[in-house]
Amino acid sequence: MPASNQFTAAAAPITEASTTREHATIALIGNPNTGKTTLFNALTGFRRHVANYPGVTVEIARGPIRGIQRPTELLDLPGTYSLAAHSPDETVVCDALRGRVPDQARPDVVIAIVDASNLKRNLYLLCQLLDSGHPVVVALTMNDVAAARGLRVDGKKLAQRLGVPVIAVDARQPQSVAPLAQAVEDALNVVPPPAAVELPQPLTAVTQQLLDRHPELHRSEALRIITDQAGHAEQLFLGRGGDGALVNTLRVELAAQNVDPTAAEIRARYAWVDRVLGGVVERTLPPGNSWSHRIDAILTHRVGGTIFLLALLYVVFTALYSWAGPLMDGIEWSLAAVGDAISDVLPTGIIRSLVLDGLIAGVGGVLVFLPQILILFLFIAILEDCGYLARAAFLVDRLMRPLGLSGRAFIPLLSSFACAVPAIMGTRAIADRRERFITILIAPFMSCSARLPVYVLLIGALVPPVAWLGGWARLDALVMLAMYLVGVSVAIPIAWLLRHTTFSGPASGFVLELPSYKLPRLRTVGQRVYMAGKDFVIRAGSIILIASIVIWALGYFPRSAATQRAVQAQQQKHNWSDSEFETHLASAYLRDSYLGRLGQTIEPAIRPLGWDWRIGVGVLASFPAREVIVATLGTIFNLEAGSEEDTAPLEQAIQEAAWPDTGRPLFTLPVALSLMVFFALCAQCVSTLAVIRRETGTWLWPLVSFGGMTAIAYVAALLVAQVGAVLS
Amino acid sequence: MSLAGMPLSKNCRVTGVRPGNPLAYRLMEMGVIEGAVVQVLRRAPLGDPLQVRVGDYELSLRQSEADLIEVVAD
Ligand SMILES: Nc1nc2c(ncn2[C@@H]2O[C@H](COP(=O)(O)OP(=O)(O)O)[C@@H](O)[C@H]2O)c(=O)[nH]1
Repeated sequence: MPASNQFTAAAAPITEASTTREHATIALIGNPNTGKTTLFNALTGFRRHVANYPGVTVEIARGPIRGIQRPTELLDLPGTYSLAAHSPDETVVCDALRGRVPDQARPDVVIAIVDASNLKRNLYLLCQLLDSGHPVVVALTMNDVAAARGLRVDGKKLAQRLGVPVIAVDARQPQSVAPLAQAVEDALNVVPPPAAVELPQPLTAVTQQLLDRHPELHRSEALRIITDQAGHAEQLFLGRGGDGALVNTLRVELAAQNVDPTAAEIRARYAWVDRVLGGVVERTLPPGNSWSHRIDAILTHRVGGTIFLLALLYVVFTALYSWAGPLMDGIEWSLAAVGDAISDVLPTGIIRSLVLDGLIAGVGGVLVFLPQILILFLFIAILEDCGYLARAAFLVDRLMRPLGLSGRAFIPLLSSFACAVPAIMGTRAIADRRERFITILIAPFMSCSARLPVYVLLIGALVPPVAWLGGWARLDALVMLAMYLVGVSVAIPIAWLLRHTTFSGPASGFVLELPSYKLPRLRTVGQRVYMAGKDFVIRAGSIILIASIVIWALGYFPRSAATQRAVQAQQQKHNWSDSEFETHLASAYLRDSYLGRLGQTIEPAIRPLGWDWRIGVGVLASFPAREVIVATLGTIFNLEAGSEEDTAPLEQAIQEAAWPDTGRPLFTLPVALSLMVFFALCAQCVSTLAVIRRETGTWLWPLVSFGGMTAIAYVAALLVAQVGAVLS
Repeated sequence: MSLAGMPLSKNCRVTGVRPGNPLAYRLMEMGVIEGAVVQVLRRAPLGDPLQVRVGDYELSLRQSEADLIEVVAD
């Protein structure tokens, strides 16, 4: 079975077997952009389940390795350049490696991913891994990229020098990873390699002193505690009651000998890397000649790059509106058909009302927006996979700096236009805590896809179809753009404020790798898009469905006989026809329902915004998730329109809604705008708040976020309504 | 001479990274270390950050970070 691409080195067999535990744990560790995710998918056959460990905010995907005897669990750990942890992502890698993640066994084998086109920097991390006391198998990726750049890597020599197996893979061809899986299985039965690198004597000496005092530490851990001042290893050590005074003494000792332990370790490791690579890599072309560089000559060019970025953003936003249209119409049409079919079968009454006004109106009203979410994630996944997203960060870094942020915040903030939940999770890659918190707090101001339903509904219903310049400039598109800008223009001063108050301090850096361009992979992109869609549908299917039913129930009950009698009395007085009676009865039922009473209670507060109690009810009901307002308005107006017109489009219902006292239309343009501005700025999303809680570790920040955003949203909506009333 | 002051496309050799800044260590870990060959490829549209080649890969660095890197022309 040994393939030609397998370079094995002699490995000592192990007598004391780790085979006693049933599941072997394998960790996948490597630099970012080395093909780690692709390799994980190839090894597990795309079977991943994401776990979120207690006390750890970073999600780790797990899955069994295919094609080997021993049951295994492969952990996909975040990409990192070093085991000296600073960001939460890096922290998780170190903890998982040490077996310090709750409920997660210490890995039995580490698969170290090494990018053949960038061996030097990749071998730095490998050097640390070899010292960590785990059996290591090297997966050599990007061999085609290396070859195209004129780099010839002698894998056999490399394996000999490293003393661990080196397996060349191209994870884009899943069958090519079989030898790797086999090597991993073999590695389960070998002892870990001895430490790779001989550190300078003063460093070894102080490490030994710390080990004498704390024999429970692994040598690599002891070294890390000394070298990594105020870093994660030291904090963990002190948290466990480690001897902090001794560590300080040892550091002073080193300083007295003029040794900078951190720099000394790095230099020693790179010296090792140079020795290992001597004669292993042959270079037949000068660097900087690949097609990736030629693309960059345009895409990061001052003029060309800027134009491309702007054009790209324009294409993304156009696609969101014009490509999604037909799909949305199709979904709407199907739902209407289902609704019709059901109303033919079910008798009038509570069940039919629940199904039509609760279930179909609720979930259906959200499903309609799935196309836009999928399209946005399609773009983000492609741009990320091909390496452009880092370039975008490079181009805009200077713009983000006045906010105290870096180009790195651009990526989470951009994804926040799709959904703040993954975006906030994506801030983990920001090492600087202050920058990360600011990004988390302003991310929910970006107009996410859940706000789209509100915009689309109100714009469709109320913004007149005016167009100029032969259809190139349209009023509805401009209003939509304005809604996106509202969030951004509030986020900027907020970020500035946070940077100069709560999170003041020295500016964080911007050291970001610009990975070489890759052709995006259909399967990877498809997986990302599928997961995003699934997340949204599950959210729509659970939170939103529950919310729809609760809201339907609040709007349906108590349905008292007294209400009916009162309407009957009016019918006799006004001589209403049967259908007029039905409409008025439905309206009265809603007014007297629990939901109606709640809305009326808050009406004095929202009257200045031009809203009546029905809009208030919609806003209240959308606390779980913004998109719920569409379902709620659907329920409210469908109920009010009478049960004969269940499937009447919501837009029409909104156009027809009027103030009961004066008969003036309820939704004027200023009211619609104030409602949209409110939704652009408010924090009506339980998922976002829960994620903020998880990522910041306290309830303080979600509370600040909710309170602050609601206040800002109210004031802004008030301004819009008042200015609008004066102008119109 | 600091890397930030080097002309575009000029091959340089790192002679040291000014210590004391945590970023300095991060740069060293990423291969910006004595003897490494570096080159400023271009600047972002607003003049900052810089796109820098370090050995076999590329980094985005701010002017202030490039200032930490001492180089000599190769
Ligand atoms: N040319 C080439 N591309 C690869 C190889 N392995 C992965 N890729 C591509 O590299 C990009 C980044 O891969 P990914 O698995 O997302 O990397 P990660 O960031 O380390 O998880 C994707 O576009 C992959 O399709 C390889 O061996 N050769």
